[in-house]
Amino acid sequence: MQLEPGPAVSSKTVSDIAPRLSLKGITKTFPGVRALSEVSLALFPGKVTALVGENGAGKSTLVKVLTGIYQPNEGEIRIDDAPVRFPTPQAAETAGVTAIHQETVLFDELSVAENIFLGHAPKGRFGLIDRAAMKARAREILSGIGANIDPNATLKDLGTANKHLVAIARALSIDARVVIMDEPTAALSQKEIEELYELVEGLKRQGKAILFISHKFDEIFRIADYYTVYRDGQMVGDGVIADVSEPDLVKMMVGREVSQIFPERQQNVGDEVLVVDGYEHPTEFADIGFTLKRGEILGFYGLVGAGRSEFMQALFGITRPSAGQVRIDGAPVTIRSPADAVNSGIVYVPEDRGKQGAIGALPIFQNVTLPSLARTSHKGFLKLAEEFKLAREYTQRLDLRAASLDTDVGNLSGGNQQKVVIAKWLATQPKVIILDEPTKGIDIGSKAAVHEFMAELAAQGLAVIMVSSEIPEIVGMSDRVIVMREGRMVAELTKADITPETLVGHAAGIKEAAQ
Amino acid sequence: MKRILATRELLLLVAIGIVLAIIASRFPAFVTPANLTVVFNDTSPLILLAIGQMIVILTKCIDLSVAANLALTGMVVALVNIAAPDLPIPVIIVIATGFGTLLGMFNGLLVWKLAIPPIVVTLGTMTIFRGCIFLLTEGKWVNSHEMTAAFKAVPRADILGLPVLSWIAIVAVIFFSLLMTRTTLGRAFYAAGGNPHAATYAGINVGRTQFWAFTISGAIAGLTGYLWVSRFAVAYVDVAGGFELTVVAACVIGGVSIMGGIGTVTGALLGALFLGIIANALPVVNISPFWQMAISGSAIIIAVVVNAQANRSPGRIILKKAEQAT
Repeated sequence: MQLEPGPAVSSKTVSDIAPRLSLKGITKTFPGVRALSEVSLALFPGKVTALVGENGAGKSTLVKVLTGIYQPNEGEIRIDDAPVRFPTPQAAETAGVTAIHQETVLFDELSVAENIFLGHAPKGRFGLIDRAAMKARAREILSGIGANIDPNATLKDLGTANKHLVAIARALSIDARVVIMDEPTAALSQKEIEELYELVEGLKRQGKAILFISHKFDEIFRIADYYTVYRDGQMVGDGVIADVSEPDLVKMMVGREVSQIFPERQQNVGDEVLVVDGYEHPTEFADIGFTLKRGEILGFYGLVGAGRSEFMQALFGITRPSAGQVRIDGAPVTIRSPADAVNSGIVYVPEDRGKQGAIGALPIFQNVTLPSLARTSHKGFLKLAEEFKLAREYTQRLDLRAASLDTDVGNLSGGNQQKVVIAKWLATQPKVIILDEPTKGIDIGSKAAVHEFMAELAAQGLAVIMVSSEIPEIVGMSDRVIVMREGRMVAELTKADITPETLVGHAAGIKEAAQ
Repeated sequence: MKRILATRELLLLVAIGIVLAIIASRFPAFVTPANLTVVFNDTSPLILLAIGQMIVILTKCIDLSVAANLALTGMVVALVNIAAPDLPIPVIIVIATGFGTLLGMFNGLLVWKLAIPPIVVTLGTMTIFRGCIFLLTEGKWVNSHEMTAAFKAVPRADILGLPVLSWIAIVAVIFFSLLMTRTTLGRAFYAAGGNPHAATYAGINVGRTQFWAFTISGAIAGLTGYLWVSRFAVAYVDVAGGFELTVVAACVIGGVSIMGGIGTVTGALLGALFLGIIANALPVVNISPFWQMAISGSAIIIAVVVNAQANRSPGRIILKKAEQAT
């Protein structure tokens, strides 16, 4: 186990067997981002290697490099010690590398057999697909993995677990030697997970090299033989799973120098402004309750899919909860639509600002006033002068530079578009602002500006809810943090208790940390 | 936005000017005020329907049932006229607009409440409406002699040198221009089509906005139904058959983005005029109707290409920024 980033130095036990697949010095950059920086990885025949890392550690990029979707800028991939290149996904498949994704990438309207053999169906005379042979082969492979699935069934009629089995059968049909499983249990029930474990054991016995990507520590310790930890696009450690403890892994995942500086904030918390009680949704979350005070920044942390955004959307009236109450300034409010939420003083700045934020074909002033039209109109008629006044006030507050408020938002730079979106929400004079992943996908400089701005909003007495998957941001900005896991609140941490270790511990459900 | 649209509309205006100049060089009588008035009057139903269609397309929908709505409503008021010849014409107009509104609301409800794709909904209602005409009449025509004189007179009546039909188109252009630029509903149409997600988060009910678009389109189609049937003094199953595609074409030529969110009443007006002038001029200068189709078709493609070019510039800006980032 090594904590410093650098090339892989495999421990003794690992090096006993020759790796089936090895990566050395793989670097992948995108404009402005270094997604992978000289990372290594080794997968061994008949063994499971767990790849562990926070969101944004580079796991997904690695999977894409391994399956021929991305081309690395530097570094080499070797299979059985022979260098290989995967210019296309087909090339990776031909070389025997296959991936089973979180959400299976299969074709709902095709039959099971067609899904298994799509792209490499057995051909008969005249180059036509030999359907009989295809079905026979499919049945053979399916029964080989103990799956009782009819090859003629249409895929959409199968449950998630069976779809996974089809994906695995597809992997076997191309005689895969390396199987990548990217969070395969995310959508499975406990019983289905057990069956998946057995299947993985079966694949091991067949000598497949398996890369297992998971956020769930119990799974990793149950099924993996080796581990590799990535952090911020670098490899920070690997070794034998039996030699490592959960806290050690957490430390490797999150341990970093504080490279980001967060704004100094005066704790200036005022009266209670928002009370949420017993919020529930039939399938997405349950039992969410908390209070929020003026001037407070409340962080919501959790793994992707923990139900944070889903809860926020219900709080904002996009979806309807099945139970629960909201009070604002002590008075109960009913939120049935986003319009209700905005009128009650709650606004939501969604994660995907490109898709959900600004309207490119409308000018700046119309974007800014869109949620405030009730105030800038009279009986359905717009008061353009007031619209301009409101838009001017808030764009100036955000220091937005544009030739004219009549400019289409689509013609602005990304940073200015973001300012328009924020101006739009501030113009509604909200009491509570929900920021969903406020700094996702923006560079360090802009991040600092967003953090400054968030601190300023809180200082002005706005109550801020910040949904974030970035641990430094949660630690640096929050006065209080609620951790969600599997649709429930699992911890509420006050300032002193907010550390990377406690956050990851609660979010991943590690018992020692969550005591 | 205003500047880009202004350029687009200016381009179209120039194109219309060129077409008129070419026609005038071969047949000067075409561009006399008297003849242009005739052409405008002839194009008025297209202008009216194009305005309604523009609003629907703005919200990322399409209304293929406008011509069938027009035909059904026209037949209904023609039958009402036969059954109650003494009914004053203003009542007939209210019935036509109201009946068309109901048909539009039916489309809108299916799109809003059942979330069925608009093209499927209106393809269905298009057939249903035409079918209803057949059920009402068993395929029989309502002819000129069965309609009262008052019923047939209105669209032709002359006010200040222009027929009522033309005046209705002019009033509609002004009314809907104001609706689109000066009311919250107009703003909602642009927002719901420009970015439905953002509109939802801003508190706009996208489905309801689409419902109102279909309702307006239906109301206009209904009103135009009476005007059409009374003007031509005949009602039958196939009135304005296939006209919905001409209406959509007028919108596309007028710079209305089929992806939603972009379009103006002026654009729809100019698009309709362009098609109206071509339809009226080509027979005069002795060009076969097949060329007319080819010219309309080319105009659609040219309009789409021009609009696609206009929409490309934001992409370039983003690329530049990406280059700087590296």
